[in-house]
Amino acid sequence: MAIFVDQNTKVIVQGLTGGQGKYHGLRNQAYGTQIVGGVTPGKGGTDVEGIPVFNTVAEAVAATGADASFIAVPPKAASAAILEAAAAGIRFAVCITEGIPAQDEARVFNTLLRDHPNTRLLGPNCPGIISPGKCNIGITAGEIAALPSPSGPNVGIVSRSGTLTYQALYELKQRGIGVSTCVGIGGDPVPGTNFIDCLSEFEADPETHAIIMIGEIGGSAEEEAADYIKANVTKPMSAYIAGVTAPAGKKMGHAGAIVSGGKGTAQGKMDALAAAGVRVGLNPTEAGDLMAEILKTL
Amino acid sequence: MDLFEYQGKQYFARYDIPVSAGGVADTVDDAVAQADKAGYPVVVKAQVQVGGRGKAGGIKLANNAAEVREHAGNIIGMDIKGHEVKRVWVENASDIAEEYYASFTLDRSAKKHMLMLSKEGGVEIETVAVENPDAILIRHIDPVDGIDLAWATKAAIDAKMPEQSVAGVADILVKLYRCYTEGDCDLAEINPLILKPTGEIHALDAKVSLDNNAAFRHPEWDEYRATEELDEREQLAREKDLQYIGLDGSVGIIANGAGLAMSTLDVVNQVGGSAANFLDIGGGANADVMAAALEVINYDQNVKSIFVNIFGGITRGEEVAKGIVEALNRVTLKAPIVIRLDGTNAEEGRQILASAGIPESVLQSKPTMLEAAQAAVAIANGAGAHGNGNGK
Repeated sequence: MAIFVDQNTKVIVQGLTGGQGKYHGLRNQAYGTQIVGGVTPGKGGTDVEGIPVFNTVAEAVAATGADASFIAVPPKAASAAILEAAAAGIRFAVCITEGIPAQDEARVFNTLLRDHPNTRLLGPNCPGIISPGKCNIGITAGEIAALPSPSGPNVGIVSRSGTLTYQALYELKQRGIGVSTCVGIGGDPVPGTNFIDCLSEFEADPETHAIIMIGEIGGSAEEEAADYIKANVTKPMSAYIAGVTAPAGKKMGHAGAIVSGGKGTAQGKMDALAAAGVRVGLNPTEAGDLMAEILKTL
Repeated sequence: MDLFEYQGKQYFARYDIPVSAGGVADTVDDAVAQADKAGYPVVVKAQVQVGGRGKAGGIKLANNAAEVREHAGNIIGMDIKGHEVKRVWVENASDIAEEYYASFTLDRSAKKHMLMLSKEGGVEIETVAVENPDAILIRHIDPVDGIDLAWATKAAIDAKMPEQSVAGVADILVKLYRCYTEGDCDLAEINPLILKPTGEIHALDAKVSLDNNAAFRHPEWDEYRATEELDEREQLAREKDLQYIGLDGSVGIIANGAGLAMSTLDVVNQVGGSAANFLDIGGGANADVMAAALEVINYDQNVKSIFVNIFGGITRGEEVAKGIVEALNRVTLKAPIVIRLDGTNAEEGRQILASAGIPESVLQSKPTMLEAAQAAVAIANGAGAHGNGNGK
């Protein structure tokens, strides 16, 4: 098992004919992901290295039976692309687009909630999701993800930051620890999927035995996750929060990453997670070491 | 991007929110001219993006041109908590019967917009929140629904606004919400929102923070960019379209991704160093971007070593390596580079660097983030390229 996506997931790429969509879509296919089609308005009927391109998501779904979409289109077009995917019945949409206005994100999130409750959005501004050996949607380099071991134990990863997601995968691979699924939820203010969504899936996934969570400064998602963990998560966890040394009032790249009014500090998040029983490392390597220790006790 | 008060008021005026007549001035003569236009008495207000202007002497009432001359003369050039006052806003003084508070922002936990409304305005809302939380009305708004006048009227009544203010406050709430949403604000705040003795409701201050991601649909924001307060390094970085924040340390940082960049700062700090900056070259950065990043770092006199920390996803290792080689051809770096390269096409990248014949005194490669941080900190702290960087 894995969470959200596996070997049966059929994926279309919205923006397959664009630079990023083509590069990463083909890499996802080379990894073994079932990339069954692409969507670019006006380019229906053509193909990208044998992958058929359609004008609309609805046409692509009808022709291929796709249930997931990889959305790699510019910020101006991203909101419409997400809603189009949802309207066409896509179950799981991964949007890597960086730079979508917060107003648009808030509107899209609440539109999905109301009109398309069966569509889960991952992102925007996220690296994507990989269930190693089964399915890779997004921009993660597949070779850095260790395959899950059939006998376990395996670790689930959930992270707010793209590159730290890779770092977490890398730390586990260095230690020979298998990964069930690795989810990058993205650093924007209104992520479609949050820590709690992933934690609840990992808790229910028999292939996942422990969980690593990578957070960062800003907002209160980590604190909310800590409350959730205390009440609902029985699997052992380690964590790392980026931005211990970030000065207050400065936006650290991500739209969401800012310490303001004494809130959203790394220390506050680390304390909340530690109080929920999570082993908290001071850097990604330490979080990996802590996970290795945890697995020895399982 | 945070706006100055005068820009916030100009932005409010676009959405028909009533603000005082006034104008901005960067010289004493100009301040007098603006005061003559606005009508006496006027208030002369320092334009800085920091709280506590009034206490610092940056807000003064003037009854005539001579007083404007005196106050503007004192305020322009004044230092308020490290911010130099470059401009004053001169506006017609308002008589105040009551002071309220109103703001719209995004509640990230609820994933909805949020109105905060209080009849206790004119003081820091954080103070009210601590001392008298019941005095603040909080209402969430589904962005799909938005708000209308009936909703706003109910909010004003529920916030226990006096009867004579309800209609005026509700009208402003609808306009402020439009400013917040259509105007792509992260925050639109009026404090104080005043009731005049004559019965009108009026925005006496403006705090507006704009969402940079929406700049593509707001050409009118260009003029705000010109007045943004950046240090020289940040200015140079902006010209090159880089996410850069200047800090005080000696290890220059270049990383791809905000999370990794933050983490790089943390690790440098943990091994006894201090970062000179935060610099995220973003996803998909190519050779040009890498070269530009090195040029920006090179401009900083405090930098003693440069830690390039790349974990390729959308960013490709060979592009990063090409950028470094190109930058070394283009500029003479004042500090050596320590690089850690992993992820997409990292091996190709390492080969490009290895075959470029760069001496180790200029560039060294380390296999892990921690080892690279130690090497960079050792150089910055003067312990030599092979010393133990753990200063703790």
